[in-house]
This record gives sequence, structure tokens and C-alpha cells, in this order.
Amino acid sequence: MSGYDKNKKAVEVTDLTVAYREKPVLWDIDLNVPSGILMAIVGPNGAGKTTLLKSILGLIKPAAGQVLIYGRPYEEQRHTVGYVPQRGSVDWDFPTSVLDVVMMGRYGALGWIRRPGKKERLVAMEALRKVSMDNYAHRQISQLSGGQQQRVFLARALVQDASIYFMDEPFQGVDAKTERAIISLLKELRSAGKTVVVVHHDLQTVPEYFDWVTLLNVRSIASGPVDDVFNEDNLRLAYGGLVAFKSHEHREQVKN
Amino acid sequence: MGLGEILHNLVFDYTLRTVALGSGVLGVVSGALGAFAVLRRQSLLGDSVSHTALPGIAIAFLLTGAKSPLVMIIGAAVAGWAGTLLVMGIIKTTRIKSDSALGLVLSVFFGFGLVLLTFIQKMPNARQSGLETFLFGQATALMERDVIVMAVLGALAVITMLILWKEFKILSFDPEYGVTQGFPMRTVEVILTTVLVIAIVVGLQTVGVVLMSAMVVAPAAAARQWTDRLGLMIFLAALFGAIAGISGAVISSLTLRLPTGPTIVLCISAIVLVSMMLAPNRGLFWNWIRRWYNRRLLTLNAVLADMYELAKVHDDPSHAHPAATIEAMSYRTGGVRRSLDALEESGLVQRSRMDEWALTPKGMAEAEKVIKSMEVKT
Repeated sequence: MSGYDKNKKAVEVTDLTVAYREKPVLWDIDLNVPSGILMAIVGPNGAGKTTLLKSILGLIKPAAGQVLIYGRPYEEQRHTVGYVPQRGSVDWDFPTSVLDVVMMGRYGALGWIRRPGKKERLVAMEALRKVSMDNYAHRQISQLSGGQQQRVFLARALVQDASIYFMDEPFQGVDAKTERAIISLLKELRSAGKTVVVVHHDLQTVPEYFDWVTLLNVRSIASGPVDDVFNEDNLRLAYGGLVAFKSHEHREQVKN
Repeated sequence: MGLGEILHNLVFDYTLRTVALGSGVLGVVSGALGAFAVLRRQSLLGDSVSHTALPGIAIAFLLTGAKSPLVMIIGAAVAGWAGTLLVMGIIKTTRIKSDSALGLVLSVFFGFGLVLLTFIQKMPNARQSGLETFLFGQATALMERDVIVMAVLGALAVITMLILWKEFKILSFDPEYGVTQGFPMRTVEVILTTVLVIAIVVGLQTVGVVLMSAMVVAPAAAARQWTDRLGLMIFLAALFGAIAGISGAVISSLTLRLPTGPTIVLCISAIVLVSMMLAPNRGLFWNWIRRWYNRRLLTLNAVLADMYELAKVHDDPSHAHPAATIEAMSYRTGGVRRSLDALEESGLVQRSRMDEWALTPKGMAEAEKVIKSMEVKT
């Protein structure tokens, strides 16, 4: 945990409730994300992880609650927020190139009507280099593997040059090599003072990859530094006693 | 009629020139904007807009008593737009799925339109004739003022598309990401739908309510076969639409009482068929060739591997074996002799005596390579 500032809140969610047809998907969520940390959001299927991200980003209208980004409403802070959606959320057979997709990360900064130009192209190439995809810049996106698609989405978020990144299952369906590349990129972002919030499904890797964790199951079960809240009791609360997993680190900690 | 005469008529024959121009304009506009509908997987939107436009046309006539093109188009656009918004509203507020919502709205509006048309035909009024051409389209009725209205509205639609290119692109590819980029995607969607409605109603008089959706979907479907770039795809869709429109108009002008709309649709269908078959990468024809080539390569490699096995049991690697022996080793007996001939041509095997075969040194090396690659795979 490289010197995060506990007093500087990157994201502050209060009393957030989201319902689909009277059925609550998220219920009375309070969430504080300090600046400069890597946070995982974990929970069983249908726990509302993606919904939480989307409500913070204003993609879903909550029934109640408030979201503040660096102390101000999201609408005012949009330019400081980067987003990596689930890979499967788009049609990868869309007729466009890798470079084009990455440049979409600059659309917001460009505003209405103005087209991306030379500057945007350079920024996009730079981001592609960071995810080692610069050789694929002119490929059609349907020719990419799952891991490559994921890296393109990451590059698109990188060109936003945001302070906070929200990522929805960036490790889903990628091979071990890509997973390592992505996690080192996330750590690089953290070293640069950015905040990264990741919807994650692999409990095994939580202590290794993240410094904070939020356990979610419609309600917020626990949220805080991994060492404090990522324990068997909380996991059982979140997953309903179905968790066979307990990390080695934790077994040792319990002994101590 | 010769080609030269057709070209001559296209330029100097008032009727043909007007009809061809109108059909061409409609092809360009519906092709270009239809591409966005296809990419957004809303191909059925074209069907819904054109069918729901029918009562609008009838009501516009009943209200004004005139058949001026602008009035008809405005009536069609208002009804088409209202129908589309209704579909979107049904999808959003009820549990009815999009295809059912489209079918529901489409048939109710279309049925109502037919009732109004019948009512108008029974009115004691001489001016009502010709309204039923909106069903299947009748381009020969097009006049210069119609074409001017079509061209102006069509240009408006295409220019809007060019100005909002980036916004339409992100709406089609990843609308949620567009929201996080600060664009009000709902507004962008309404603009795109409006422009699409304009593109569709512009073509109704020529192609007709029933077949207009083909002009929305088919050019884009054909264009997608040829390119992986959005800009080129939309350009090609517009071009294919124009070609189909003009050639359909010319063909129907050559034959008496041949309706223009269906002829244009047949032309675009031919373009789709050719594109589906022949386009590189995506075309079925090249796929067949590729598959056939791969299968042949596989058989050749299998024969090589078999001969390598045979050669190994003899001290002399150039020891020849009868073709029947090699055939017996193969699961599929067919094609071994043909493969041997092909291998001989590329110098990998040689024939000795009657029908006995052995690997050449070059074939030996090739066979080793094949076997190695097989081992890697298993």
C-alpha cells in the first residue's frame, strides 16, 4: 500500500439503492474509496457488482443515494473517471480498427462533432504500446483474441488520462500472461497516484493483487484494507457459507 | 434496346431521368443510413418505420386534400417517428421484447393505414387516385418536384450523418461508454432515428411501404461483406443502393407495367447475393475454396506421412510401394492416387515401374516436417 491518503476520498457512495422492478439489486450501499489504492469488489453472481459500477458511472439511475467523486457529483468530475466495461458488452465484429477503438477514449475530451486527429492518434499509439498492442493498431477488432480485446479496452481507458479507473472483470477469459501484464499495469497506475476499482471474481488472487477489498452481496458486507476485512467470516456472509476457499496467508494470520 | 440508347435516354428522356435520379437518391440515402441500423442490430426498424408511415400518408391526404410530395413525406415521417418512439417506449416500460413490440406496432399501424386507404378510395373525390402506389411504389409517377424534395431531405440526412459521424459511431459500437464520455446518448439515438426515418420516408413513393426495409438492410449487408472499415462500408452501402435504384428504374422503364419498387429490390438482392458469394474473406465462394484447399493439403500430408512410415521399415528409403498398399493405410481410400499425382508434380514422390511409388529426398524432408507438426499438435 504505497502511501495512500486516507483523508482524501476518491469515491464516496452514500445510501445507494438500485432496484429492478421492486426487487433490490443494491441495498443501502455506503462505500468509501481512499485515493491511491487498488480496490477489488468481490461477491457472488447477482451480487450487484456490475450494477454498483454502473450506478457510480451514471449508467444506471439509482432509486436513492448519492455518489461523489473527489467530493463533487460525478457529472462534474466525468473527465477524471476512466471506465473499462466487460469485454462481452460490445460487438467485436464491428467494422473498425484497434486504433479507432482506443481513440474513442478521447471522444469526451474532443466534445461534439470534432474528429480525432494526429494528437489523438499519437496518444492512442502510446497507450497501445503500454499494453504491448502497438503492433495490432491497424487490425480489425474481430481478429483479436480475448486477452487482446481486454488490452484494447484498457488502452482506451488509459488515453482518458483519468484519476480513477473503474474496471469490470478485466481478468475474465484472459491467459495467465495477460493477467500478469494487466496487474502490473494496474500497479503502475497506483504508483502514479491513480485509484483503481476492479470488479473481480477470483478470490484466490485478492490478497496478492489488491490492497483494499469490498465484499458485496446486494448489501455491502465489508469494505476496507484486505488484511482487515478479507476473512472467513466476511466471505461466509457474502457467499452464504459456500466458500471452501481460505487463502494460505489468511490461515497463517489466523494462527498468529 | 441497346446500352447506348439507354444511356441516351437516361440523360435526355425526362421521365426516365427523373425516375432514375429519384431512385438513385433514395438508394444513396437509405443505403448510407441503413448501415447504422444494421450495425446497431436494428434491421427491423426499417420495416417498422415504413409500415407505420402508411396511416400518416393517408391522414396527411385527408387533412390537406392534396398529394403534394412534401405534405405526404411529412405525414409519413410523423407517423413513422411516432411508431418508432412507441416501439421504444413499449420495450422500455413493459416486459414485451423488442421483436414482439415491433410486430405489434407495425401491424396495428399498417392495418389502420390500409383501412384509411380503402376509405379514401371510396370517397367521391377525383383526386384520391394514386395513393395506393405507396404500397408497392410507382417511380414512373415521380416528378421533378418530388425528386427535388427527396434530394434536399436526403442531403440533410446524409450531412447530419457526416457531421455526427463520431457520435453515431460510438452509439453503434459502445453506447454506455459514450455516456461515460459525456455524450447524452439518448439524444444521439433520437437524432439517428430521426435521420433514419427521413431516409426511409424519402423512398416510400418509389419503392413502397412493403419493400422499403429491403433498401435499409440489403445495401449495408452487401457492403459489410467487402470491408472491415466503417467509412468504406457506408460509402459502399450508398453506392450499392444507388446502383440498385438506377438499374431498377431503368429495367422497369423498359417493360410496361413492371413496378419499380420490386425491381429495385430485386437489383439490390442480386448485389447482396454476389457479395455473399464472392467477397474476399467473408464470401462463401472463397470459404469453399479455402476449405477445399485445406482438405486437400490434409490428404496430401496424410499420404506423405503414410509413405514415410513405409519407407522406415526398409533399409533403402527409395524402396517403392504399390499405390494399393498406400491406399490400404488410409482411412479414406478415395483420393490417394490423385494425391500421389499431385505430389509427383511437386517433386515430393517419384513413380517407379508401373504403379509403385517412393518418396524423393525432398519428399522425405517434407514428410519429416509434416510428422513433426502433427506431433506438436497431439
